Amino acid sequence: MEQSLKYSKNVNENPCHMCMPMGAILPFKGLEGSMVIIHGSQGCSTYMRRHIAEHFNEPIDVGSSSLNEKGTIYGGEANLKQALDNIIRVYNPQVIGVLTSCLAETIGEDIERITAEYRQEKGVLDYPIIAVPTPGYGGTHTEGYWLAVRQIIAQLAVPTERHDKINIILPHISPADIRELKRLLALMDIEYTLCPDFSETLDRPVARPYTKIPAGGTKLADIRAMPGAPATVQLGITAEDELSPGKYLADTFQVPLYNVPIPIGVENTDIFFRTIAAITGKSIPDSIINERGRLLDCMVDSHKYNFAGRSVVYGEPELVYSLAKTCVENGVFPEVVASGSKNERLAHLLQPVFDRYQRQVTILAEADFVQIRRKSVEAGVNIAIGHSDGRYLTEREGIPLVRVGFPIHDRVGGQRLLSVGYTGTALLLDRITNTLLETKRGKYRRTMYEQYYKPARVIS
Amino acid sequence: MDTAQAIKERELFIATKGKQKTSLKCDADSIAGCVSQRACVYCGARVVLNPITDAVHLVHGPIGCASYTWDIRGSLSSGSELYRNSFSTDLKEHDVIFGGEPKLKRAIDELVEKYQPKLIFVYSTCIVGVIGDDLEAVCKQAAAKYNIEVIPVQSSGFIGNKSAGYRAACDAIMRVVTPRKRLSRKVNSLNYLGDFNLAGEAWIIRSYLEEVGIDVNAVFTGDSSYDTLKQATAASLNIIQCAGSMNYLAKKLQEEYSIPYIQVSFLGLEDTAISLRRIAEFFGDAEIIAKTEALIERELASTRPVIDRYKGMFSGKKAAVYVGGGFKAISLIKQFREIGIDVVMVGTQTGRPEEYDTIHDLADEGTVILDDANPSELERFMTQQGAHLLVGGVKERPLAYKLGIAFIDHNHDRKHPLSGFVGAINFAKEVHSTLCSPVWDYMYDFGGDLNGTIAKV
Repeated sequence: MEQSLKYSKNVNENPCHMCMPMGAILPFKGLEGSMVIIHGSQGCSTYMRRHIAEHFNEPIDVGSSSLNEKGTIYGGEANLKQALDNIIRVYNPQVIGVLTSCLAETIGEDIERITAEYRQEKGVLDYPIIAVPTPGYGGTHTEGYWLAVRQIIAQLAVPTERHDKINIILPHISPADIRELKRLLALMDIEYTLCPDFSETLDRPVARPYTKIPAGGTKLADIRAMPGAPATVQLGITAEDELSPGKYLADTFQVPLYNVPIPIGVENTDIFFRTIAAITGKSIPDSIINERGRLLDCMVDSHKYNFAGRSVVYGEPELVYSLAKTCVENGVFPEVVASGSKNERLAHLLQPVFDRYQRQVTILAEADFVQIRRKSVEAGVNIAIGHSDGRYLTEREGIPLVRVGFPIHDRVGGQRLLSVGYTGTALLLDRITNTLLETKRGKYRRTMYEQYYKPARVIS
Repeated sequence: MDTAQAIKERELFIATKGKQKTSLKCDADSIAGCVSQRACVYCGARVVLNPITDAVHLVHGPIGCASYTWDIRGSLSSGSELYRNSFSTDLKEHDVIFGGEPKLKRAIDELVEKYQPKLIFVYSTCIVGVIGDDLEAVCKQAAAKYNIEVIPVQSSGFIGNKSAGYRAACDAIMRVVTPRKRLSRKVNSLNYLGDFNLAGEAWIIRSYLEEVGIDVNAVFTGDSSYDTLKQATAASLNIIQCAGSMNYLAKKLQEEYSIPYIQVSFLGLEDTAISLRRIAEFFGDAEIIAKTEALIERELASTRPVIDRYKGMFSGKKAAVYVGGGFKAISLIKQFREIGIDVVMVGTQTGRPEEYDTIHDLADEGTVILDDANPSELERFMTQQGAHLLVGGVKERPLAYKLGIAFIDHNHDRKHPLSGFVGAINFAKEVHSTLCSPVWDYMYDFGGDLNGTIAKV
């Protein structure tokens, strides 16, 4: 397996990742009654709002402390406090996340202190304002996401008496995926706390009256009680320890942690259900067993077509792990696996998966699309699986792209993409297989003609 | 709507025609926590310069700034595609502590070797402004080393708003133009400022001008290149479409090269015709004037009936406008009038005082006019004013849709032209496609009970 973990370069050409505060916004959108403020200049929040809005097709309100030159030189404390005042006045949120931009971090703004002072000044000591330092240069949006989840739990969770609700900590998956997990947990009759849960807030139904903050999201009381859970199931095997919310709950409150992959693919979904069943003692109902059977049926139906696939899989490490593994299970063997993150776990976790079938794979960390494109072409990749920013693989190299992950900004329905569970996997697999079939059938007549046709010899 | 939620500091930025003061506060910094729809200095600079097709656009900063602006516009090129890449020095903690200059130098070295560009723009971002990297020095050194132009763009995000970014971009363009001596004037030739060739708009306008005998010397910046920009001072007139971004450059070109400028607008039939006439008058050539009249007559004859047909379908409809600049807002009020729609709310991100005066004069009684609005205000005024349609950008679209309001995208990423006669038809078509879609008939509020009375929203 070729690896380039410590690849360092001077110029990133066509980024495969985004910045830390961008990722940190998302978990806050999965809390009930929540708003976010980015402490920094106005552009950051506007750009990120635009990016998120385009993927989810939802209004995304994010405040900014609108730091200007004065605030940058003399400190932005007054701006941040004014921002808190105005956000509370207009949105009346139950909880506020305060994130930093690279500007605020560089001028040394201590958001922990400023928000503590604010609470004191306003006499609202219990009002949850969750500060998360997210310098734009401190990591990718993936690190920002995990850090925000960890901080949310760290700042809200309190020692709680034992109860039966298991903690389920989610990575960045689609609202449709989250709803599917809830459906499956309901079929198993499981009590749980899902954190974060943006299944309704980032894919909200049309309803009247319009509310500034969408309904839904994890209840704060449930997060406070997470330390009393019998166990934590975290879909975050690639999350580094210092960013892992499940690790925090285990270390601080001794909640047993089961770190499992996103349930995409047969094996990953099996792991998910076995884990849940083992923790709760509940059995897996026939309806779910049937869904598994249908997935296997789907895999058999399409296995030959998929065996012609040579894929490149890229995006956020946690998703990439499960997608790559699903590709392997179906014979769409990845030739290139890449993430914009520096994450070192991904390669180590994937190695045994590829070893089982003795496949050579290029795994890229801190990758950009110039690298991904070059490696994909070199390896003869014929299908790409990842977010919209890989569309140049299609435009410039003719490699068709199956869109999954974030951001999807050149197609509709990013928020509705369903890929988890046995049924979700079957839907994802259909998208992959059909893309391969479309390529094959689209070229079939021409290729065969060019390859085999010769005018019949004239017999004299 | 609970107006107690309104923010006091925002009151001066909102006016109702006929009811209140005529002047509006604008051109000020956004108020913290107001969820402004505005972007930043870097954004302003990037959108203006990015359509220069054969330049390397290198963003010196952390990855986000480059990530969020990568090829998000519909600017088209007839040649190089280099501008569609997103280059970033992707600064990390180490660079912020020890300074980003070494990395920037190496980045330029790599890019020169790989792409052999004639022109590199290096954009400064927030932290670069704070850690004090000397962009000017690094660029100068690189320019000397490779004998190409490496131009710093002073676009640190916190030094103002998007307008400051426009100025930074214009300063950078002046540096591309300046080293060349004033060229001898080409007859009947103009520069077209403030068109970014979204969906080929600059090509459409050029085809009109060429038909009447006027050459487009250089476009700032749609489908432009290093070589075309170098020819800029040969034109005898500058016409400006997007005033917000290009007025400053036009003034500079007048001061330094004595090239006069006029403001034009190719949005809507009326403005397109007026603009073509004003350009023809400037050149004062009888043949150009005659050809212009012939073109206008021909185009109006074919487009008017189409527009009128649509107009008949839009009666009684009301529109809201929230766009980037004042110039576009003004044109849109007129364009909506052409298709028989009243504008009941008008706002911009970065309108200037004189633009708001014009808007105020143009608007009907009772129209709400607002500067630097936020989602909460947009929601409140669109609902209060009974708007059926909003013109805005990507961030405003989901809000409109959630409120059951039709939407027109007048942003950079659209894939159809809205300029010129053909653009006017496209505009009417787009209004029709959203306003008259059957989808709005199904926006019921079920209240969770399908069996109960279904109230239409």
